[in-house]
Amino acid sequence: MKRLVPLWIASIAGITVIVSNFIPVALGMSDLVTQMFQVLAAVAYVLGAASIAKVHLGKLSAKRPGWGYSIVVLGCFAITLFAGLLKIGALPADRAPYLPYSGKYDSEGSVVWWIYEYAISPITSTMFAMLAFYVASAAFRAFRAKNVEAILLLGTAFIILLGRTAAGAYLTGWFPDEIGGLKLENLSLYIMLVFNTAGNRAIIIGIALGVAATSLRILLQIDRSYLGSGE
Amino acid sequence: MAVAALALPSNAMHAAPQADKSPAPNAAASASPPMVEALEANDVPLDQGGEVELRWKVPAGAAGDAIDRFVVQRTLGREEFDALLTERRKAAFQTHLKALLAQGVAPEQARTQAGIKAREQFPKLAPGAALPIEWLPQTTEVPRPKELPQDRVVTTTIAELDPGSKYHFQVFAVDRGGAKSSAAAIGPVGATPGGFLLKRAALLGWIVVISGAVMFFILLARTGRVMRIRRIAALEAVDEAVGRATEMGRPVLFIPGIQDMDNVQTIAGITILSRVAKTVAEYDATIEVPTSRSLAMQAAKEAVQASYMQAGRSDSFNPDAISYITDEQFGFVAYTAGRMVREKPAACFYLGCFYAESLILAETGNSIGAIQIAGTAESSQLPFFVAACDYTLIGEEFFAASAYLSGEPDQLGSIKGQDVGKVISILVIVVVALALSIQVAAMKMAPATGPSVMSKVADASGFVAGKIKWILKT
Repeated sequence: MKRLVPLWIASIAGITVIVSNFIPVALGMSDLVTQMFQVLAAVAYVLGAASIAKVHLGKLSAKRPGWGYSIVVLGCFAITLFAGLLKIGALPADRAPYLPYSGKYDSEGSVVWWIYEYAISPITSTMFAMLAFYVASAAFRAFRAKNVEAILLLGTAFIILLGRTAAGAYLTGWFPDEIGGLKLENLSLYIMLVFNTAGNRAIIIGIALGVAATSLRILLQIDRSYLGSGE
Repeated sequence: MAVAALALPSNAMHAAPQADKSPAPNAAASASPPMVEALEANDVPLDQGGEVELRWKVPAGAAGDAIDRFVVQRTLGREEFDALLTERRKAAFQTHLKALLAQGVAPEQARTQAGIKAREQFPKLAPGAALPIEWLPQTTEVPRPKELPQDRVVTTTIAELDPGSKYHFQVFAVDRGGAKSSAAAIGPVGATPGGFLLKRAALLGWIVVISGAVMFFILLARTGRVMRIRRIAALEAVDEAVGRATEMGRPVLFIPGIQDMDNVQTIAGITILSRVAKTVAEYDATIEVPTSRSLAMQAAKEAVQASYMQAGRSDSFNPDAISYITDEQFGFVAYTAGRMVREKPAACFYLGCFYAESLILAETGNSIGAIQIAGTAESSQLPFFVAACDYTLIGEEFFAASAYLSGEPDQLGSIKGQDVGKVISILVIVVVALALSIQVAAMKMAPATGPSVMSKVADASGFVAGKIKWILKT
């Protein structure tokens, strides 16, 4: 029973969403399923918060290496939760300016907004900026000309890189119109529009078919392993 | 609909249609273009709601340049009306608040009283009550067709309407100078959804064909027919990766993407996790599953626990090894990459939905010398995984992984079924590409004037390609 009920819920919810794509009257049912998922996800946040607290309190009490960082995590967690729940600094909503707590917890000027704007956003931007170095490192490894395929990859990447910078136009801009197709920017465009698009579409068609088959296995309850064991 | 677009003057509230403001038909007759005739408004059938088709006749006397275009205006829907009401309440609140403060009422009390007065002045409509006729200031322009049909009928569809509201419409004829005719009005008309969405008929056809093929092969597999699936190197390497982690005494890291359980990639990732966790339990290794969604954490926990039970090692299951980190994309990456550098897992699995974090994770794993297996349906992330990981499940392989690892005939049958879809896709692409190429070549070879074999070939090829495209679009 513990497995049977979730399996049937998954099947019914999935079929409802599919049907609502073709029968607009069932759209309300589909919206209901989506809302139920959101409610479930919101409840799961409590479990998530409990997991964070358990892991970091355990680390703190056992004084495992890096326990000091756990104090930072738990402290930030408590401050953000407190500021968000009490809507500290949030102005009343435009729709109801006469109700003091009608504003959103993260509206401009609130503590949560401030934390996001001046702490989380710069930190995440820093992480994102580091991506450039990871790209360089991966490219260095991928473009080592160790076999024919790697040489082809390197050559293609070279054309694309040059074709998308001013250097490409500078190097081949003087080509006469008769061989204009060989200009680096045109070659780059051609590779992206023909080879890249063709390969990408092939992958996307495969993904779409894979999603359909996976969904069908779940709806028909053939694949139950997402709930645990296959049996 | 932007609220700003609804900023009607407050005295227009509950007003009669603005058609009254238009010149009277008799007065306008001499200077204005003639009014449109036989205006009809019909809910578009077999749509998802929100569309009304308007038809009217160009008056018989409106020859030549008498009418340049038509202007269609509609009333507000329920949501738009509510937004307008809110705007007016806000304005009234500020007015009352100023007046009360000027009278010396205490600020808190003044706010409360102003709020009550504003709500009394602009009460909400009772549920089910008919909407007052309020004309939307924005209009839709319909150019007069260059060639009028014999019946002189002009048709247009007004979209993005609220399926739960009823609308009135008015149509004006406008001449080149901008002079408007009197309004022809009609309503109320609903934009209710139809019983079936005709626009998606081709999609339904595809679903029926693919599902039919998948079910056929599942049934075939059940009869005992052996299903052979090509070898997928990344999945063959699962045992090797887990074995390496066991030998080195280091953990296995499994990341089921950064999306929630409503994403099919996360589900696919967790189905693979259950197989990997079973191998981990059998080898008596350890597995760590950091997640970026709490619901995914719970599902992963259930899956891993069941796998440990299945392997007969329930006592080795550590629920704390499957933990929720944060929903924040780069916060999750920072934690996971840091953990990877500190604990140096011997095998890393990235199977699920990934975005920009894919390369950071894979490069970190590469730098610590872990054996890495990745898979995602995000085609833009595949090159990063290919560059940095030892094995990558590309596209459909990722979704086939669970069935492949299970080895169950039912599941293998479903993979065979999806191959039918692939064959159909290839056939459609080849036929359309050939037909269009033949059409272009035949058009070039055909003589400039008069019918010929080549022009017939071009027409036939165009017809075939056009029909297939039409079927796919419908």
